[in-house]
Amino acid sequence: MSDIITVKDLCLWYGGVQALKNININIPEHAVTALIGPSGCGKSTFLKTLDRMNDLVPGVKITGQVEYAGGDIFARGTDVNALRRDVGMVFQKPNPFPMSVYDNIAYGPRTHGVKGRARLDEIVERSLRDAAIWDEVKDRLRKNALGLSGGQQQRLCIARALAVEPRVLLMDEPTSALDPISTGKIEELAAQLKEKYTIIIVTHNMQQAVRISDYTAFFLLGELVEYGPTEEIFSRPTDKRTEDYITGRFG
Amino acid sequence: MQTGISRKRRAYILLMRALMGLSAAVTAALVLFLVVYVMAKGLPELSWTLLSTKPSYLTGSIGILPDILNTVYIILSTLVFVLPLGAGAAVYLTEYARNKKLVAVIEYAAETLSGIPSIIYGLVGMLFFCSFLDMQTSLLAGALTLVVMNLPTVLRTTQESLKTVPQSYREGAFGLGAGKWRVIRTVVLPGCVDGIVTGCILSVGRILGESAALLFTAGFAHAVHGFFEGLEHSGATLTVALYFYAKEQGQFGVAFAIAAILMALTLVIQLAAMLAGRWFKRRREQ
Repeated sequence: MSDIITVKDLCLWYGGVQALKNININIPEHAVTALIGPSGCGKSTFLKTLDRMNDLVPGVKITGQVEYAGGDIFARGTDVNALRRDVGMVFQKPNPFPMSVYDNIAYGPRTHGVKGRARLDEIVERSLRDAAIWDEVKDRLRKNALGLSGGQQQRLCIARALAVEPRVLLMDEPTSALDPISTGKIEELAAQLKEKYTIIIVTHNMQQAVRISDYTAFFLLGELVEYGPTEEIFSRPTDKRTEDYITGRFG
Repeated sequence: MQTGISRKRRAYILLMRALMGLSAAVTAALVLFLVVYVMAKGLPELSWTLLSTKPSYLTGSIGILPDILNTVYIILSTLVFVLPLGAGAAVYLTEYARNKKLVAVIEYAAETLSGIPSIIYGLVGMLFFCSFLDMQTSLLAGALTLVVMNLPTVLRTTQESLKTVPQSYREGAFGLGAGKWRVIRTVVLPGCVDGIVTGCILSVGRILGESAALLFTAGFAHAVHGFFEGLEHSGATLTVALYFYAKEQGQFGVAFAIAAILMALTLVIQLAAMLAGRWFKRRREQ
């Protein structure tokens, strides 16, 4: 399996505070990688660096390298919009736009110049099917997406991200605002999606990391403490801090 | 142990309640009196001839058609300039501007501008638009003065409603690879139409009621013109005409007729603002 994202000596500061310290990590393609660690450890910040969403935060300073598909994403002249099309994002709180289900899904494709009713219809159906929500919304494509339940909204957001055919899907605690049944559906979905996509998921929930991820990275105070196959991290952690965290001694 | 309220305390509560009730009654009575008085004096003076003719010194007749048209022209031309300018500035300040200090200074300046007495706008408008830019006393000069006057209102209401558009919408759109302008056009602006409309309605109300700033800049003429021709000429709006007929000509009947019209229009505008607010609220909740 080849690596789709390579991170070298990544450091990040918010104002004067260093939030990431010398991160080195290679993310393999077509796998689910989980980022775990206590609140404020930098895992979400790290995730948002990968599609340059941190650019929106004023006063951010970044050093080091992040290579996506062989190119440095911080290089001058990088097309950030093209990067974000390739590296999609699902947020912690479902954030559908206040428009119809159909227009939500079609937003990305339209942004990137897809026109024509038939083509858009096809993309909308495929994306909704991939996100396992087609059957629930196929009769209400023209209704406002804000009328859906929280779990449906989150799957809609996943469908919306899939509609632009990304290669990587970043998920920032996508189930933290959802009930157990919706959570189960999203976890199932993540497992299916790795056939086609690479998934990096931030989670607070260690059972979730065990259930769905192939690799796990443990962050603490802005450092990447340990990274490896999920099974090994959870059964034979090499670092004392990892062991303490996964056995629930702090967090 | 004493459980009830003492007699003294009960009297005090009753007294305070009576005083507050009295204040409310006086306030309501004043508003009611004003409305009834103006309507009672003004409505009998209203006639189709008054509304549909222009005044003539030859026949000695009075008509307020030119004043109605001038009011419409001024409202339209002011909005044409102030809406894009105010909304555009608001979008720039909230979405693009990086220098937060400068934004704060501009916001403070806008806040202050909206508190300046309108006659000062009139004086400056006269010197700048009429004299310096050589527009003479004309509806256009009046409209441009009102643009300056209403700019802070439109700017602030638009800005406030831009701030109510959740950041998560912007993030969602950026996350799909949308560029800044596309995010603003498709996600941010539709979310704040209500603010722009509210600002617009408030401005119409202010333009309708403005007289001091227009005395200097738009003048007193009562000729009927088409829209573009009208902008080049001097002309009185309804409020200015009210002043003119009451103070210069002693025509109190006409003045009260105009007052009745203005009052009814104000009521309509208030209603429109309220209904628009409700409509947008319902649309958002759907």
